[in-house]
Amino acid sequence: MVDVTPADAVPPAEVGEMELYHPHSWWTKYVFSQDAKVIAIQYSATATAIGLVALVLSWLMRLQLGFPGTFDFITPEAYYQFITMHGMIMVIYLLTALFLGGFGNYLIPLMVGARDMVFPYVNMLSYWVYLLAVLVLVSSFFAPGGPTGAGWTLYPPQAIMTGTPGGNDWGIILMLSSLILFIIGFTMGGLNYVVTVLQGRTRGMTLMRLPLTVWGIFTATVMALLAFPALFVACVMMLLDRLLGTSFFMPAIVEMGQQLQHSGGSPILFQHLFWFFGHPEVYIVALPAFGIVSDLISTHARKNIFGYRMMVWAIIAIGALSFVVWAHHMYVSGMHPYFGFFFATTTLIIAVPTAIKVYNWVLTLWRGDIHLSIPMLFALAFIVTFVNGGLTGLFLGNVVVDVPLSDTMFVVAHFHMVMGVAPILVIFGAIYHWYPKVTGRMLDETLGQFHFWVTFLGAYLIFFPMHYIGLIGVPRRYAELTDMTIMTESAHHLNSFISIIAFLVGFAQMVFLFNLIWSIRHGREAGGNPWRATTLEWQTPQTPPAHGNFGKELPIVYRWAYDYSVPGAKEDFIPQNVPGDFRPTREPA
Amino acid sequence: MSVILVFLLVIAGFAGWWLSHQRLTAKPWLEQGLAGDLVGLERSALPTAKIGLGVFLAVVGCLFSLFTSAYFMRMGLPDWRPLPLPRLLWLNTGVLVLSSVALQCAVIAARRGQTDMVRLGLATAGLTALAFLIGQLMAWRQLTDDGYLLDSNPANSFFYLITAMHGLHILGGLVGLGRTSTGAWNGARPERLRLGIELCAMYWHFLLFVWLGILAVLAGWAATFVSICQRLLT
Amino acid sequence: MAIALVLVLIVVGSVLFHFLSPWWWTPIASNWDYIDHTITISFWITGVVFSAVVLFMAYCVFRFRHREGNRAVYEPENKRLESWLTIVTAIGVTALLVPGLFVWSRFVNVPSDATEIEVVAQQWQWSYRLPGKDGKLGTSDTREVTAENPLGIAPKDPNGQDDVVVEAADLHLPVDKPVKMLLRSIDVLHDFYIPEFRAKMDMIPGSVTYFWFTPTRTGTFQVLCAELCGQGHPLMHGMVMVDTEQDYLAWLGQQQTFAQLSAPQQTGSANPLPGNTMASALDVAAKVETVEAR
Ligand code: HEM
Ligand SMILES: [Cu+2]
Ligand SMILES: [Cu+2]
Repeated sequence: MVDVTPADAVPPAEVGEMELYHPHSWWTKYVFSQDAKVIAIQYSATATAIGLVALVLSWLMRLQLGFPGTFDFITPEAYYQFITMHGMIMVIYLLTALFLGGFGNYLIPLMVGARDMVFPYVNMLSYWVYLLAVLVLVSSFFAPGGPTGAGWTLYPPQAIMTGTPGGNDWGIILMLSSLILFIIGFTMGGLNYVVTVLQGRTRGMTLMRLPLTVWGIFTATVMALLAFPALFVACVMMLLDRLLGTSFFMPAIVEMGQQLQHSGGSPILFQHLFWFFGHPEVYIVALPAFGIVSDLISTHARKNIFGYRMMVWAIIAIGALSFVVWAHHMYVSGMHPYFGFFFATTTLIIAVPTAIKVYNWVLTLWRGDIHLSIPMLFALAFIVTFVNGGLTGLFLGNVVVDVPLSDTMFVVAHFHMVMGVAPILVIFGAIYHWYPKVTGRMLDETLGQFHFWVTFLGAYLIFFPMHYIGLIGVPRRYAELTDMTIMTESAHHLNSFISIIAFLVGFAQMVFLFNLIWSIRHGREAGGNPWRATTLEWQTPQTPPAHGNFGKELPIVYRWAYDYSVPGAKEDFIPQNVPGDFRPTREPA
Repeated sequence: MSVILVFLLVIAGFAGWWLSHQRLTAKPWLEQGLAGDLVGLERSALPTAKIGLGVFLAVVGCLFSLFTSAYFMRMGLPDWRPLPLPRLLWLNTGVLVLSSVALQCAVIAARRGQTDMVRLGLATAGLTALAFLIGQLMAWRQLTDDGYLLDSNPANSFFYLITAMHGLHILGGLVGLGRTSTGAWNGARPERLRLGIELCAMYWHFLLFVWLGILAVLAGWAATFVSICQRLLT
Repeated sequence: MAIALVLVLIVVGSVLFHFLSPWWWTPIASNWDYIDHTITISFWITGVVFSAVVLFMAYCVFRFRHREGNRAVYEPENKRLESWLTIVTAIGVTALLVPGLFVWSRFVNVPSDATEIEVVAQQWQWSYRLPGKDGKLGTSDTREVTAENPLGIAPKDPNGQDDVVVEAADLHLPVDKPVKMLLRSIDVLHDFYIPEFRAKMDMIPGSVTYFWFTPTRTGTFQVLCAELCGQGHPLMHGMVMVDTEQDYLAWLGQQQTFAQLSAPQQTGSANPLPGNTMASALDVAAKVETVEAR
């Protein structure tokens, strides 16, 4: 064990000051800014804006499912365009961009004690390429034929054929181009997040002293850097199939009585590439949420995160394992059936480190001093929905159980619970938590309570019963639920109920947006460290942190990120940059 | 998907090696202060830009491994007709090797502070890389003239696709090389210049390595190798 | 405080919903009740875990909520507890996985007495092909598809001449006889799914996939497409009727063979060429498998 070094023996920070970029005009300060904090806000605002589009699309879909035949303007074509855009936007343009581009940019430099990202110029480019990708995506709504309706998985051959909206028009081309742009932009940002964690850490910030938020975002970014190329390859090859008549994925096909020119290609090849990206993508969204929620729970329960080391190892293990489970999305795709044995086993093995994380969150609550602030409420809600969605994942990962359930509403309910609702709840909690740092003011508490209860209970009421519709056997991606013998009258009623709740939940988000905007001016003044937290971002000399984050001298880190309620210490928290020892060096009994 | 899995295994090896030096089993709550042992656990002594480039090259490697994986999976289907590699590719390979060698000379010269040699090396590297690209375009021409069109067979499609991807990466490298060279002629600070040249060289060597890999795949040696391995295993 | 109560209500409500709601799987009509049993095991194990975790959380929130003068206990980790939890979880996961894998191996290994029946999907309808007297299906290829030969049966393959073709109509199956469904598509991905039979599998243009089952009761069952296949996807319904042996034979007697259907064009060349070696879709499927194995 390392002994304690008295604080005054420590030499001043020797961190080589990086060449900090200095803005010279309004434009370079707020628009073409290279400051990670500004870029973070740009990323978040863009992601939220496009996320709202996805939210509205989900209402339209729920209208159709809840009240079939009532809304004529929602044709099957339109419905498929809605689900595709909704799914793609939510997963990639909202969640990935918000967690990594938004939270990553804001929190990584502050939490590791750096002045900025290591390659600020590339970081800025990353945002602008992302914005371009979003614009290309949006433009497909206005293109002839409309956006693609191939489903967010974009499976060929149908993605590039006439029977699918946008398949023979601009829709699919714009979608693929937008994804390619997104990947290029993300790679630029991702390099920054990874290398900043590697090289930008301040003195004393060893890996094992990093807050779990940084661990989560860091691991997710590494995974994203390695997984997105698979999507890139798939997109490029599909573009060639569509535009230049190659046959990577396209076999011989008779479309509406016409023999197409393609021959010999393999649709399964696309699926392998897509899911090689697609499964890690689930964890790219989940790991930052894991990290952030650990910090929320620890801070608001005034207790160190239970089993920090296990938490770190679990993050690494999950990140590594998630590259060898991709084909659990393909159990009934017609791939070689013996793959099922392998992938079911790896999939269920991942459940173990994931379960450990859950245990450690709830054990952190045990004998804590739980402040039921809004971030804490969202964190608790996250645990409920994540456990629920994770457990239904054990159904779908267990290959033979997946046979009746795959491609039914059960799947839709499962992935919304686990990668839709759960991470979004963490995002909300994180916004309530860090908003005071970003703006200097607190979000309104009453509106926050309203937002929390409606969102949490509403989301649970939407997606819990939906599993049972899937259990009946109702397939997903059905624009019409008419003429189906299994859809009983009562199941239709349940669908209407779900749709109504979906509207309520959507409405609560408007209240939240209002709160976000209103509180910038009118919120209660927060001070520098309203939650009395230990991590470095709360120890900045100014709030909001000024350019360069830490004033004249970078902080020096003396302890891990979780010194809450240390026996013998006066306060119930000791910031990471406070020197001195307060405890017995031996492990508490 | 085995190629990409092997590639990721290599990456995982690197990551594991690095992590094993980070004392992930330490109990951080027992270690306060800034004791001497913690120093080794901070940033690496390598320049940050090199680490950044290293991470980027891992992503590029991932990309090409995925193309190769897709190549092998598609190759097994019955409509695959391998295409004859134009002889020109061998010449191009030589030119690319030359380019890498020239940059390596520039690196050595920069370390010794020989400005003229640096400029010579940079110029040679740039011109040969350009020559490589032109050579690749001529190879494409030859193939299309001989009737090996992009869409007539998946083997052709992959050939054009992968060489184009590689060419684009070289083109991107040329942009970086151009910036570094401007510095060399306009008298940039020597350390800065040296770092720039070293980065270019690193990128160049990597792309050369990738090209040799691609060549092995396109020429069919890789497939032979794989089938030998399979026979040995079974 | 409300949150502790709500957490308890969520557990109670979810459990009650599970047992009391009218929404449950359809009465089974095939031999795959194994799958239903595996799902039931999964519900029990996961239900217990869910309730335990959420109730424990509710208790913690109630018991350790902030009150003036409270202070949390400092406890960085507890190796023993963590190891125990890991072991128990691993056991639970194994209990889910092992029965699942056993049932899967049944699912993928087709009994030798299963009759082969081919389903051919296209946007947006189902057609079927049954082997004729020779008990063999002829080869087929998407390239052979024409208006007269909608399933793309190789016209020169003698095995295919007596194949029974059911184009865009209902399929009948005899009860209690295992069948192996060979699945083929001539355009995009589809998925042949009958909820009452529990089994499903995607159909991929250019290859042949399969699953097997034994219908265990007579009745009429609706076929649904379970893989997005374009805008007609939700309306791509079909019918399968499971008959007694007699009814089935009566139905079969009314169906036409491939030779009969293509007779008008074939007059004059009654003897099809034997021994042709056309690359069939089946070969392609076999190839796909070997490639994936790499
Ligand atoms: C209140 C919030 C939401 C509602 C009401 C909602 C509703 C829906 C509906 C009705 C569908 C189509 C189901 C079908 O017919 O197959 C769908 C699909 C989907 N949703 Fe959501 N959703 C919500 C939030 C989210 C979030 C936060 C995510 C982020 C992961 C998400 C990701 C997806 C994906 C990936 C699909 C699949 C699209 C496809 O099948 O191609 N949704 N959602
Ligand atoms: Cu997955
Ligand atoms: Cu369909």
